[in-house]
Amino acid sequence: MADQALTGVKVLDLSRDISGPYCTKLFADYGAEVIKIEPPEGDPSRRAGPFLNDDPHPERSGLFMHLNTNKLGVTLNLETATGAELFKELVKDADAVVESFPPGAMADVGLSYETLEAINPRLVMVSITPFGQTGPYKDFAFAELTAWAMGSRMSITGSMEREPHPLGGNAAQYLAGTQAATATMGAFMGAFLQGIGQHVDVSIQETLLAAVDARLLFTEYTKDVATRGDNPAAGFQFCQDGFVQFPANFVQPRQWNRMVRLLDMPELLEDPRFLTPGDRGVHRDDLDAIILPWLLDRTKYEISDAAQAEGVFAAPVFDVADVVESEHFASRGYFVDVEHPETGTVKFGGAPFQMRETPWAVRRPPPLLGQHNAEIYCDRLGRTKEDLVKLRQAGVI
Amino acid sequence: MTKLPLEGIRILDATDVWAGPYTCTLLGDLGAEVIKVDSIQRFGSRGQLNPPDTRPDGTPPVMWAYPDGVPRTPGTQPWNRAALYNGINRNKLGITLNLRDPKGKDIFKRLAAISDVMIENYATGVFARLGIGYEDLKAVKEDIIVISMPLFGNYGTYSHYKGLGSTADPISGHATLRGYLGDDPSALQGTVHSDAVASSTAPFAAMAAIFYRNRTGKGQFIDFGQCEAYMGHLGEVYLDYTMNGRVQSTRGNRHESAAPHGCYRAKGDDSWVIIAVTNDDEWAGFCEAIGSPPWTQDPRFATSLDRHANQDELDKLVEQWTTQHDHYEIMRLLQSARVPVGPVLDHGEVYTDPHIKERGFFEEVTHKEAGTHLYPGMNWKFSKTPLSIRIPANCLGEHNEYVLGNLLGLSEDEIAQLEAEQIIGKEYLPGSDQ
Repeated sequence: MADQALTGVKVLDLSRDISGPYCTKLFADYGAEVIKIEPPEGDPSRRAGPFLNDDPHPERSGLFMHLNTNKLGVTLNLETATGAELFKELVKDADAVVESFPPGAMADVGLSYETLEAINPRLVMVSITPFGQTGPYKDFAFAELTAWAMGSRMSITGSMEREPHPLGGNAAQYLAGTQAATATMGAFMGAFLQGIGQHVDVSIQETLLAAVDARLLFTEYTKDVATRGDNPAAGFQFCQDGFVQFPANFVQPRQWNRMVRLLDMPELLEDPRFLTPGDRGVHRDDLDAIILPWLLDRTKYEISDAAQAEGVFAAPVFDVADVVESEHFASRGYFVDVEHPETGTVKFGGAPFQMRETPWAVRRPPPLLGQHNAEIYCDRLGRTKEDLVKLRQAGVI
Repeated sequence: MTKLPLEGIRILDATDVWAGPYTCTLLGDLGAEVIKVDSIQRFGSRGQLNPPDTRPDGTPPVMWAYPDGVPRTPGTQPWNRAALYNGINRNKLGITLNLRDPKGKDIFKRLAAISDVMIENYATGVFARLGIGYEDLKAVKEDIIVISMPLFGNYGTYSHYKGLGSTADPISGHATLRGYLGDDPSALQGTVHSDAVASSTAPFAAMAAIFYRNRTGKGQFIDFGQCEAYMGHLGEVYLDYTMNGRVQSTRGNRHESAAPHGCYRAKGDDSWVIIAVTNDDEWAGFCEAIGSPPWTQDPRFATSLDRHANQDELDKLVEQWTTQHDHYEIMRLLQSARVPVGPVLDHGEVYTDPHIKERGFFEEVTHKEAGTHLYPGMNWKFSKTPLSIRIPANCLGEHNEYVLGNLLGLSEDEIAQLEAEQIIGKEYLPGSDQ
């Protein structure tokens, strides 16, 4: 196969759950060799759903499968002296180590950055934790919700009459994982271009504070603290077969003018209830009532196509089935079939971006637990099959 | 001095609003020289000359916040004082260029010829039509890397769809996954999370392409559909559909199988705390920490399954307790029992939170038009090449002389001529905010 962008880059992945594995997935999917090192009982994400046919089998977790495409999989117990030694042998030849243990855990098993740096000075080590390596909260217990809450984004999401809520899925942990990938790549470029290896501290909380809400500075500038009430409605409207989205309150004058043209209701431009975005927000119910019959006559596809043709930023609201079945993502080849020994052929989400010269590709399915033990420990590190048996008996792999 | 990771790399930043500019900012944080191109013909995310009056009290909407004024006062150069711009455009040089003018295009190409990467986030085809797309730039620099970041990619059924970051949300399916349990999307607020995701992903793409170019001598075009970057975060949700035919929907603050798991009212005005108990150990820790009141022994809450089945009742009891306590007090008490719990911090509290403070997340920066303020700082801590805000957010056209003079070698007269022809400048032209 032709080179991918990161062919030749070697990543050792000790991370678990979502953020770390998504970080290393980006490396693996663009060509890096990622060796996923799991404890003998496996990454906890193997025990998290959704499972094929809802059968909680560790090789059939959709979460694990999505996060671990293109990785080689080995098992290793770092808490044994032999396990730690095997890991150090792998470090000699690695560009990056990504880990997500509690702060200090790597040092406790004799694998601190300083130890690894002595083995490989150009190594980049990236530690991804809920609150970072230092500070009073560094050992705090974590959940997707703590990230949203303490990363402050939650405070402005939801109705003033009700409790704040997060975004969907595991969006906070994925965001942090993506941020960690950029950090890992940045540090790797420091080694590649300047010859400097180093340790990178990624705090999930800080990635949310930094990347998710550009409005933090508004508070510093004005001393006004934004509330959930400052977030405008998203502009989702009922139509014949579901929902369609328009710009909230048609905030730009041009958007409003075009919308009125689309509806062929020029009288709306003169209506004192709808003159400014503020007016349209206050009288949203009136406006919705006027538009509703027009919307109910049309499908979300018809409305968004007609609106876009007029220059209105509209979009059909897709549920997950609509997304997977959509003509748009088919036309871009976004979803790809992956053959997996435990699940058969399954359609996976695809490239987050398309590199024309060096395409994203699934070269291998997510690894079974310990699938590449022999390849790594025997072929790479020169252990014999008998050694493998002993390592297994000693609980090292 | 130790070199930053991307020192020696130059990025031509022709982006606007958030996803694009913040992409280039992160590359600037890592040490690249970023040249941000604005135009005096067209207001972008630097606010507006006359901020729209959209709040009931007559003040401008939060999006157009300016420093040190009550009510917010734009000042004489509002474009250099807008929070939206200044919050996310550190570590860049700022120039202006009219890209519709042949002379402006020529300068843009000359800048591309000395850059490693050009990044733009306009609608599909805009840069090609202007004559400064990938093929045009490749003609002046064979190994250039171009990242084009329209919402839905450079080809495909919706590639011509225009919108903002919020427009990626409905098409990715995310809009049907967020919000209160059981609500349909009509009640939802907007989200620009896809901007956050795109800008976190695209720097990775840029660096991967630079690495490949340094190895092989080949540049390339990257078709970066913001929606698809966002969709990478929903992979298991799509698999639940492709493997099981299940169409997931909103679950609010709840967990698929555990309880109590929610956001509860704490003592004080609009103060909240989240509690996320996902196993029996955490439940035991929770019960003990709050003093084991009798209801915690109720058989309806004995196992994870029981608690999940009876969570409406459980949530009421938990909230009766949380409303009597401060959200930070609840955090300290329950975290010491290893229960995942956290105060919902608002945008004021994060500036004073002891943990965030001790880690030095916010950085004090003096900006010549906006004064001295704390700014959201670096996304990560690098041990040997510490990152920081080296250059405050640029003012409009602030670095015209340096970039055009020192980097491109234009004379003072040539620069003055460009200014006279309004190809460059430091103030917006009348009507540019329409």
